[in-house]
Amino acid sequence: MPTWVRLAELAAAVLFILALKGLSSPKSARRGNLLGALGATVATVVAFYYGQKFFGGPIKNVQPILAAIAVGSLIGFIAARRVQMTQMPQMVALFNGVGGGAAAVVSVIEFLTAANSETTAMLTATVFTVVVGSVSFSGSILTFMKLQELMTSRPVVIVAGRYITSLAGIATIAVAISLVVNPSNAVLFGLLFLSLIMGILLVLPVGGADVPIVISLLNAFTGLSVAASGYVLGNVLLIVAGTLVGASGTLLTRLMAQAMGRPLTNTMFGAFTAKAITNSGTGEDRPVKSASPDDVSIMLAYARKVIIVPGYGLAVAQAQNTIRELVEILSAKGIQVDYAIHPVAGRMPGHMNVLLAEANVPYQQLKEMDEINPEFAETDVVLVVGANDVVNPAARNDPSAPIYGMPILNVDQAQQIVFLKRSMRPGFAGIENEVLFDPKTSLLFGDAKETLTKVVSALKAL
Amino acid sequence: MDAIALLTIFVLSIFVGIEVVAKVSAVLHTPLMSGANAIHGVVLVGAILVTGKADGGLELGLGLTAIVLATINMVGGFVVTDRMLEMFKPKKNQEVSK
Repeated sequence: MPTWVRLAELAAAVLFILALKGLSSPKSARRGNLLGALGATVATVVAFYYGQKFFGGPIKNVQPILAAIAVGSLIGFIAARRVQMTQMPQMVALFNGVGGGAAAVVSVIEFLTAANSETTAMLTATVFTVVVGSVSFSGSILTFMKLQELMTSRPVVIVAGRYITSLAGIATIAVAISLVVNPSNAVLFGLLFLSLIMGILLVLPVGGADVPIVISLLNAFTGLSVAASGYVLGNVLLIVAGTLVGASGTLLTRLMAQAMGRPLTNTMFGAFTAKAITNSGTGEDRPVKSASPDDVSIMLAYARKVIIVPGYGLAVAQAQNTIRELVEILSAKGIQVDYAIHPVAGRMPGHMNVLLAEANVPYQQLKEMDEINPEFAETDVVLVVGANDVVNPAARNDPSAPIYGMPILNVDQAQQIVFLKRSMRPGFAGIENEVLFDPKTSLLFGDAKETLTKVVSALKAL
Repeated sequence: MDAIALLTIFVLSIFVGIEVVAKVSAVLHTPLMSGANAIHGVVLVGAILVTGKADGGLELGLGLTAIVLATINMVGGFVVTDRMLEMFKPKKNQEVSK
């Protein structure tokens, strides 16, 4: 490998570190991402110049390689430009999955061509990449399907699932070890198949609000498999980049799990032990108070302090701009309005901030949970738009609820609560919300955008 | 490079990886995940290296598949992250509260 190539790879590694560093702070995030892209471009270009010694002659198949890169770039670019902001979590899952798949395939090729000349350590790394890359691939695809609602997003619990998963896990490890001891192509493909099944088994029982945490975990998995493939290929850059993502991804996963108020093991295996929730449907039988858009506009107009709690439903109804208009009118009347942003509002941590930023809602109005929770008690009206689980007191009171322990926004302490809902259907986690039946609560049924527009015009008429 | 040198790089990278994201604000969890996701698209380098040695047939087919997948990961990841962060750009240099 020529010296300049190695120096260029060092530069790329540094760019990746700067990219992650930059992404950790709002001011430098965008520049950080561009530095990462620059690093990736440098790394890709110099890969063609590893030279005679590495390729055993001039590099082969240059034209097909360039064509494949063009195809991949085109698909990636179009998908990334077209995806709606509400669908961001599943897009990230999908991109992560194909990355894991690529790492697994690279190792399969290494195994097929060089298994006999590899040291035990290299073989172990090869097999590790095949397993972890495949788990990440099939797990991410399943996560994508859950979030895209191609299948149920609820936890899927199969009978004796815990034992099946444990058995599959043991089988995967056993086959992996036998492959290291005694390399064989047939066994390799068996292992590939087992690992793909393993990825599905791991993600199936994860549901609802836990899915984003799993995306982050699988992201870390892919990082580690890339690092292992770097070891196999003797490539320092892959080791550095993969490890960076693996380590930061693991930490990020923990931070996300903390925001949900539960240890990671609960996220992964919670559904195995959770009791079935059978009270669905009882909601329709209990009395609730419903209100008209006019009622709500009067309530808001005579308030001194209003808090908006936006949820994923707001974005689904594309009502971000309408809510911003509503807030502008109220602010013009001298009413203090803030948005209360739960850490996991939306479908991924920080997702709601992205969705509101898209609608030009100013940053200063967005308040994080810890900051705003003490303020609910002195708030006249709380307007909950398309959120449910993040305001559900079951998280505080009901130890049998799957979301028990998750910190929530204390909307039940406000003077009046208005819920904008399409129906009485429970939230993402599938649990009944007691606040809906509170005498202080009014429900405004209908499409969030339509009803908010009515509230806005009623307010203008006042 | 010998195994111990590679192991050293691996271990040190773990610490760097943890250190750089230790103080990330919750607001940025989504773009950070997405950006980190794009970075592991660099497995494209590995895919190019094995395909550049491939002698046709199965290896070439698998190699090109890996290249397509890795490029989707890399290009899509950076583009989608940029789209998200573009929206975070403060309108009039507003102070971003934690």
